[in-house]
Amino acid sequence: MIRLRHTYGMTLRYLRAIVRQPAWVAISLVQPVIWLLLFGALFKRVADIPGFSGSYIEFLTPGVVVMLAVLSAGWTGMGFIEDIQRGVMDRFLVSPIWRGALNAGSVAGTVISILVQSLIVVGLAVLVGARFENGVLGIVVLLAVAALLAAIIGSLSNGVAVLMRERESLIGIVSLVTLPLVFLSTTLMQASLLPGWVHWASRANPVNWAVEAGRSGATQNADWSLIGSRVGLLVLLLLASATFATRAFRAYQRSI
Amino acid sequence: MPNAIEARGLEKTYGRDVRALDGLDLEVPGGTIFALLGPNGAGKSTTVKILTTLSRADRGEARVVGLDVVREAAKVRRAIGVVGQKPGFDAEATGRENLELQAEIHGIVGASRRERVDELLEQFGLTEAGDRISKTYSGGMQRRLDVALGLVHRPQVLFLDEPTTGLDPEARADMWREIERLAREERVTILLTTHYLEEADRLASRLAIIDRGKIVAEGGPNELKSELRGDSVQVELASDALDGFDAVLDSVPGIFAPAREGRFLRARAEHGAAALPALVTALERQGIAVASATVSRPSLDDVYLRYAGRSFDEADEQRKEAA
Repeated sequence: MIRLRHTYGMTLRYLRAIVRQPAWVAISLVQPVIWLLLFGALFKRVADIPGFSGSYIEFLTPGVVVMLAVLSAGWTGMGFIEDIQRGVMDRFLVSPIWRGALNAGSVAGTVISILVQSLIVVGLAVLVGARFENGVLGIVVLLAVAALLAAIIGSLSNGVAVLMRERESLIGIVSLVTLPLVFLSTTLMQASLLPGWVHWASRANPVNWAVEAGRSGATQNADWSLIGSRVGLLVLLLLASATFATRAFRAYQRSI
Repeated sequence: MPNAIEARGLEKTYGRDVRALDGLDLEVPGGTIFALLGPNGAGKSTTVKILTTLSRADRGEARVVGLDVVREAAKVRRAIGVVGQKPGFDAEATGRENLELQAEIHGIVGASRRERVDELLEQFGLTEAGDRISKTYSGGMQRRLDVALGLVHRPQVLFLDEPTTGLDPEARADMWREIERLAREERVTILLTTHYLEEADRLASRLAIIDRGKIVAEGGPNELKSELRGDSVQVELASDALDGFDAVLDSVPGIFAPAREGRFLRARAEHGAAALPALVTALERQGIAVASATVSRPSLDDVYLRYAGRSFDEADEQRKEAA
């Protein structure tokens, strides 16, 4: 109960900070629109490649939702770095706050804003003619895996932020890691059309787990055993990454 | 009253060779304002970090209100309020939101939270500014918000790490009055660190002088000053010329504990008023021109000089050069 209250309090704090930057809100609402329309136009002919089945926009929509989750959540740790550099984090660390609430609250803020962005992508996809095979349930599956993946990436970003404590280092790592994760997956390209080694690498890629499960649920004939196994893997990874982010404070406290 | 804070043999080294604490012992009686006085880099903040459970000592142990800061860290955190050297408030939130979250963390919710937050805003002169984003506050208001955040849960011990550093004189005087009021009315034990001698002199009922990671002297401000015999004599020389300097000092009766820093000569004398003219005459006879000369009762600076073997300003300067 106390843990929930602390997490709620921290979530509110991060959400408030997001909402109070109107420019940031505007950009993050426009960004998914640009992505969907840009990638949709750019890769339109992909659907003509022999071996590709279905419409590209239906294939792409779950991909863009997941891509948003990865690329936006990567920056979650910036808030932690600011808190550490200012001294706010030290105030929390000498208070009886549940340690897990620091990461959980910050990640919850990220997840909520990504869910809003994802809903915009889905709504827009419907407008340009994408069909969601399994209706609302499918969309819920897609949003759930996007949220899980965002929480994983957000926690990892927070953990790295606590260990690095420098904006430049976090920016470097996030830029280095996130795009390759997106490209080593079926986010933009069907599995059968991927080079062999990329296909092979994608199996160990959490981004791909999320894309597969989200796409199967949203725009294909939902394969529940595939969805179940991928969601299970994501949940396990989330527990591990949240533990990492919370434990990172120990290393930080030892060093100061 | 039992000791609010006790530390034994605290040691802390950063990296390989930055020795921040070198066997620090400390006893802070309950209900007092206790000042930890020392130049920058002496180990004040490290001590506070260890006592407040933020950091851990490599060696030694410490108790706050009888609780071990490592084994009973969670309980210690409930009993203490901490105002760090860096601002701890969330600049993107309003003063009220900051206080509300801090209350929430301490399990103060609902009507009692609203009441406590209003009370603190009022007490720290932030009622009107309470709903403004705190980054728009003046320096003094921001510092007061920090102190209010440390007091939300009515702690038994309040740590103030350099509470007035960076404040203008007016805001500093306000903060001093507030600290005195807290000790008097809320009966909270206050440990404050400072590198302002006058701050320790004015606020503290007891103080410890910290130098190079150790406590070198401890006691009441007047007690420490009265331990120094006689008056303080200070002479400013017109130049750095030194020939025959030591011989001069030896030749003047009633002068002891001389120390020279640049063009300043400081010493103590049984009867300053009598010794000073003799000293100036002797110096001039040696051809050492004197620019100015003063006699005063011993200050904390003299206490520091006596125990740390260098003057306070010099220690501060050395530190800045090293950094």
